[in-house]
Parts: sequence; C-alpha cells; structure tokens
Amino acid sequence: MNKTVNNRAWWLVLPVFAMVAFNALIPLITVVNYSVQETFGNNEFFWSGTTWFKQLLHDDQFIDSLQRQIIFTATVLVIQIPLGLVIALCMPRSGPWVSVCLVLMSLPLLVPWNVVGSMWNIMALPDIGLLGKGLNALGIPFNYTRQPVSAWFTVILMDVWHWTSLVVLLCYAGLVSIPDAYYQAARVDGAGPWAVFRYIQLPKLKHVLTIAILLRFMDSFMIYTEVIVLTGGGPGSTTKFLSIDLVQKALGGFDLGPAAAMSIVYFLIILLLSWLFYTLMMRSEAK
Amino acid sequence: MAEIRLENLRHSYLANPGADEDYALKRLSLTWQDGGAYALLGPSGCGKTTLLNLISGLLTPTEGKILFNGRDVSHASPEERNIAQVFQFPVIYDTMTVYDNLAFPLRNRQVPEAEIKSRVTEIAEMLELTSTLSNRASGLSADGKQKISLGRGLVRADVNVIMFDEPLTVIDPHLKWKLRSKLKELHQRTRRTMIYVTHDQTEALTFADQVVVMNLGEVVQSGTPVELFEKPQHTFVGHFIGSPGMNVLPCEVNGGKAQFAGRTIAVDNGAAATGKGRTEIGVRPEFVSISRGGLPAEVTRVSDAGRFRIVETRCGGHMVKLLVKEGDTVPEGQTHLVFDPAHTQIYEDGWIAGAKP
Amino acid sequence: MKKRYLVPIVYIIFLMLPIYWLLNMSFKTTNEILGGFTAFPREFTLDSYRTILTDPTWYMAYVHSLIYVCINTVLSVSVALPAAYAFSRYRFLGDKHLFFWLLSNRMAPPAVFVLPFVQLYSSVGLFDTHLAVALAHTLFNIPLAVWILEGFMSGVPKELDETAYVDGYSFPAFFIKIFLPTISAGIGVAAFFCFMFSWVEMLLAKNLTSVAAKPIVAAMTKTASASGYELGLLAAAGVLTLIPGAIVIYFVRNYIAKGFALGRV
Repeated sequence: MNKTVNNRAWWLVLPVFAMVAFNALIPLITVVNYSVQETFGNNEFFWSGTTWFKQLLHDDQFIDSLQRQIIFTATVLVIQIPLGLVIALCMPRSGPWVSVCLVLMSLPLLVPWNVVGSMWNIMALPDIGLLGKGLNALGIPFNYTRQPVSAWFTVILMDVWHWTSLVVLLCYAGLVSIPDAYYQAARVDGAGPWAVFRYIQLPKLKHVLTIAILLRFMDSFMIYTEVIVLTGGGPGSTTKFLSIDLVQKALGGFDLGPAAAMSIVYFLIILLLSWLFYTLMMRSEAK
Repeated sequence: MAEIRLENLRHSYLANPGADEDYALKRLSLTWQDGGAYALLGPSGCGKTTLLNLISGLLTPTEGKILFNGRDVSHASPEERNIAQVFQFPVIYDTMTVYDNLAFPLRNRQVPEAEIKSRVTEIAEMLELTSTLSNRASGLSADGKQKISLGRGLVRADVNVIMFDEPLTVIDPHLKWKLRSKLKELHQRTRRTMIYVTHDQTEALTFADQVVVMNLGEVVQSGTPVELFEKPQHTFVGHFIGSPGMNVLPCEVNGGKAQFAGRTIAVDNGAAATGKGRTEIGVRPEFVSISRGGLPAEVTRVSDAGRFRIVETRCGGHMVKLLVKEGDTVPEGQTHLVFDPAHTQIYEDGWIAGAKP
Repeated sequence: MKKRYLVPIVYIIFLMLPIYWLLNMSFKTTNEILGGFTAFPREFTLDSYRTILTDPTWYMAYVHSLIYVCINTVLSVSVALPAAYAFSRYRFLGDKHLFFWLLSNRMAPPAVFVLPFVQLYSSVGLFDTHLAVALAHTLFNIPLAVWILEGFMSGVPKELDETAYVDGYSFPAFFIKIFLPTISAGIGVAAFFCFMFSWVEMLLAKNLTSVAAKPIVAAMTKTASASGYELGLLAAAGVLTLIPGAIVIYFVRNYIAKGFALGRV
C-alpha cells in the first residue's frame, strides 16, 4: 500500500511510545546503571566500569547455563518446527472438524505457564504420574527429580506439548491461504505429493515459518516459569537455564551488578540472534 | 490430441442432489472436434468453470460420461487425461526459474533432459520468453507469468486439450489484445484443441471458431460467431451477444403469424411456431430500419456509438432499439419501423420456435 | 477417513493426556492420591474445588488475576489502535525504527525486567496493585497488539478512509464509526492475545504483588512444591485456570489460524 508522508501521525503513536518507554527505558537505564557500579548496601554505589562484564565472561555458572540454554532452544526448534509443519499438512482443510482441531490444539497455549509446569509435574511423578509410572512400568528407569536425562526429557516433552500448536496454527494459516488454483495446476502438471510440498507449499509457507521460528526461538530462550515449577532447575543445576540463573542472581543473591551485566548480555544475545535470523531470511527472499 | 465427447453430463456440488436447482450443471451433451478453437461463454456463475473442471478431471461428474477419442475418462485423474489448464490467476512456481517452470510438467513425467531442453527452448521462442529463461519466475509481470502458465500447457507435445479459465482477467487492458492474438496465433501453429472460458463476448468471438453459450447451468447455443449473431437459439443469447442486445417483444401467435402492436409482423420461422407458452419476437437492432408504412413509433433517445448511432424508440408500449449508420439522418418524434423478416424470429418460452431441443 | 488424519488425531490425544491427568487428580481424595497409581478417580470427590471456592485467599486470587488481565487488555488494545493505524497508513519520521524498537520489547526476557520493575513500581507507589501488573504486561502486549492490528488494518483498502473523508467524516468520527467496526475481527484477535499473554505470565505478576493483588499463578506456587499431600488442590486450581482460556478461545475460534499468524498471511 502506498503510504502518505505525514509527521502528525506521531500524535497517534504517542500513547504507545509513552507507555512502552516508561516500561522499557526506565528499567533498562536502571539495569545499565547497576551493571557498571558496585554496591555494599545502604544505597551507596561506586563506579566499577566493565568489571561485572569481565567477570561474567569467566563465570562458569553463566557459561554453563548459556550452553544449556542453547542446547534446549536448538532441540526444541528441531523438534517443534518439522512436527508442527507435518501436523498442519495432515489436517483437514475444510469442514466442521477444522474448528474442533484448532480449538483443541490452541488449548495448551492458554494454560498459565506455572500450571503447565504443575501439570507435567503431576504427569511425570514416578509413582503416581501417567508418564512416570508408565515409563517405569515399561522397564525404563525414570525419575525426573533424580536423573538429569529424565529431567531433560520431561522438560523438552513439556515444551513440545506447550508450544508445537503455535507452529501448527501458523503453518495451517499459511496453508489455507494458498489458492486452490496452485494445487489444481500442480495436478494438471502431473506433480506428485512431494513436488507439491517442495515447490508450492514450502515456498508459500516461508513467511509464516519465519515467524514461527522467530517466536519459538525468542520464547524458548526466555523460558522460566514452566521449568522452575517442574524441576526448579534441577536435579543439581542440570536444567538451570539462563532466566532461572538470572532470577536467582537478581532476586535471591542481591548481586545487583553481576545480575545487571548478565541481563544486558542476555537481552543482547536475543536481539542479535533475532536480527541476524530475520535479515538472513529477508535477504534470501530478496534474491 | 483428441475429440472430446460429453454425454448426458450432470454435476452437483451437493452430496445428494434432488431438484434441478441443486445442479450446477444441468444435463449436457456436446462434442468438441479435435484441433478446434472453442469458447465457452456465459455470465459469472453459469457453470462454465464447473464444466471446465469436469473436463480437466479436477471434478468428477455426478452423472454422465466424458469421452476422449471414445475412451471413457470420467473418473480418470487430470494427469491420466493428459490435459493442460491455464487459470484465471497466473500460477507459477515461485522458487523456480522460468526455464524450470516450463520444464516442470515434463520432468514430472520423466522426459529425458535433452528432449526437455529442446521443447522448452521451442516454446519459449514461441512465447517470446527466451531472454528471461534463467530469471526467477516470481519477478515477472502478470502477463509474463500468464505466459509461463500457458507455456507449461504447450510444452507437452501430446496434450489432449488446453483449457483457459478466463486467463486475461488480471492482465492490463493494453496487453490483453496482444496476448489474445498470441493465443490465436499459437492455435494456428500448433493445432491443439483449445477451450477458452470467458464472460467477455469480444474475447470469445475473436478467439473461437465455435462458441458455446451457457446460462444457468445449461448450454443455450453452440455455433459459429455468425450463427450466434444472426440466429440466436434463445433470447438469452440475443441479449448476451451483440451490443446493444436483441430487441425482444411480447407478441401473439395465431396460425403461424406473429401479432405485435395490432399488426402482423413477417417472421422467418412462423411456420414452426405453435403459439404455446410465452411468445415473443426477437430482432436485432441491426435489422430494424426506418420506413414508411411500418409500425408507428416515437423516438425517445439517440446516443452516439462511434460508427453508428443507437436510436431508442417506443413502439407498441415497448422499447425498440435500432442502429443508424453514421451520416444517415436520424428521425425525430414520430416515425415508422420495419423489421427485416429474414432476421426476425418467434421465441416460445425463450427458445426459438421450432428448434426446442 | 483419510489416513493422514491420524497424525492430528494422535497429536490431539497427546495434548489431552496431561489435561486429563490434571482433571483426574483434581477429583481424587488425598488418600487416593497418596495411595498409588489410579487411572481414574475411585472415590470421586469435589472437595478440592469446594476448598478453592470457599477460601477467599484462593478465589480472590482468581479475581485479582482477572482484574489485571482485563485492565491490561483494554489498555493495550486501546492505545495500540491509533498507533497501528498510523503505522498502516502513514510514513513518518522514524516510523520503521519505532516499529522495530516496539517489537524488540517482545524479545525482552521478563527475567531481565523483574528487578527493575519491582523497584520502578515501588517507587511510584504502585507495588502490590492490579495496575502495576497490568502496566508491566503492556511491555510485551502493546507491541504485540500493534503488530497484529497493523496486519489487519493493512488489509483494509485505503479507499475506505478516503471515501469517508469525502463524505464529510472527521477523523475521530470515521475512526470510531466506520474503521473500528471494519476491523472488529482484528480487534478481537488482538484482545485475545493480550488476554492470553497476560493470563499465562507468572514471573512479573508474582513479583509485583504480595497480598492485596496476589494472582492465582502466585497462589498456586505455594502448593506447587508439594509432592502428594496437596496435589488434589493444586490440580483443581490448575483446572480452574483453564476455564477463562477455553472461554475466550471459543469467541475467536473462527479467527484462530489467522490470528496466530498475526493477521499477516
């Protein structure tokens, strides 16, 4: 659409700008402020320069949780994106069942995140949970409060349960927006199901898949509530992801400086990766 | 290439059609000769796209048979039928180059790469796409894309029929006639059977040797452009084709003679008229002239249409239009009209008398 | 039935299993829960629900949650509407940068903002109020609402605006009487998302409140660590949190797919 140049449009944006600035800028300034100072209580602060940032780079705890975070996010993306795509492709395109499918599938997205944690907590209890008891009955030793592997398995399964529907819904919306003529032309051209997927569906879904990957990347990188309720970061600290680490530092330990430095690095990582991914996708589209 | 025969074809989109209204396509039998250029003409929603999709195999008929060269293909898939179809909106494979787009139908049929190359080159030449062959197809303009869709139909040497579903809808007006004459030229060069669906009479009449006019799920007439013009089989055809459309006037029929406005009108098909049902006479404005001793009429409006003028008159309580050539005098006020008997027909319940199927 | 439909069916069964298990637990007595694995409640009881619905610390927590969620939804959508209109219709100084900056807040981890938010809202005297949580949640809901609405608004031809102005409508009259009804589906979807993200969020909601505005998500955490004894209660509280979500999703069921694609398909 051709847009008119009109600087008075700023008046329309002003309320949003004011509210988001209040919510985003003031806290960010606070955080930046803390990240370059040191305090010994009593509201006395001393300039400390980049000390906290340097310390962060050698902080094993941070590096470990960053590594865990990357592995978690990568795993979740590798599972959820293809799975969501396949489910969307298999769904009926029209008829009364579509609404039923969509409503049931969106249900996990509307469950408060701590309830998601509780739900899987109950589900995975080794003695009385359906999943825990079931796996143990099959002869697979499973105890998510003791074994790191079980804990990781449960956390990933929980995230797949929680978020795959988002990918399904995005892909489905993309699929139904492809005009029938494309499928008809493909049939006339003698294309098989694979060719239809490869040359029609996948290219047309590129846009929604980009959104799906971005959203899933961002949200999985920020995961906190579900995991803290389910495993509390344990056993040990095997499921301690970045947000858990950060909240412990900021609220638990009162290490304001290091926590602030970590906040900044954390936010920057997300921004940088999102921007990088977005530009790469857009560039390949422009070609 | 093939002769296509439709026998008692019927189609409904409902699961259990009952009444006639449930059918998008009412009973229909037609034969399309091999190598002909046909147009399927009718207003939106008349069932022409349904008919097209039945022939191409995208739909399966509720009743009746479709025969290609005498072989029943009613339940065959589009691929088995070996047809090509160009859709209203250009369908191209975005991620492929123009070359790959054109090669796609051949590759799906495992044609050797060398043969693909020669076919694609030949077709690209024909469609003037040679210079863009290595470009991404998504970058082309609407007419370029539509040419690719067309090219994918032409590239297969053995297609039975190429069908066009209002292919010029999204093309800019000044490119429309260019693409249309290209189509005509391609038909003459390749001699493929082509079926062209449109609601635009100019497109249909210029493209086709034989035009099939449809209305409300039925074929009302099939004939050459001249036949459609001179002897419409149904008042609908008279209205729909020609500009302005045919004058249709209610009349009484007694003993093979038509009575209108208290006078007997000489007609072409009086002998065949039974006088039953709703009777009307139809005469095109081209065959109405001013003459003394004709029907008294009053001129109500004159409009200029370039090479001739359209004169609206009131005659016997009805509007009658006629054409007056540029330069001829246009009557004013009271005048008298005469209908050319050779081109004046009696219609009974809409159908031309004596020809009701 | 086509064979491929098995895939969504199996997936939906997988989705329903934990919900079934939660329901199952919520109807069990504590004795039965502690007694061992049972696939369905042997002694069906509504005790857990009775506790929640009669104990003010429980049911008021639901009320608190609903209050801030509603404030947040109304606030986010109403300020996002004019902004989205501006982005969809006009070019202005810094528009692209502003849009990206807004979206970047959607990428901000709540964990980063917890501590500064607590300090900020304490200093302005809003700590432990519904408004504090509602305002805090606008951080990610406003950008989202702007994005969704902009998508829907861009689908409305500009000719609509022009016709209205030619017909003598002023901008506010046009916006309220003509434009808003035209994009009502988009507003519904945007409101749905604001509701949803405010409803499911816990970290900020929990830390910005203590007693007076304590939300259900925080009330639940006091029983969350229990490994058996109050499991029935926890399950029942969880089941009750599913209801608002199920209700709002019913209203937007026809726009779900388009909505999750943020109006941009």
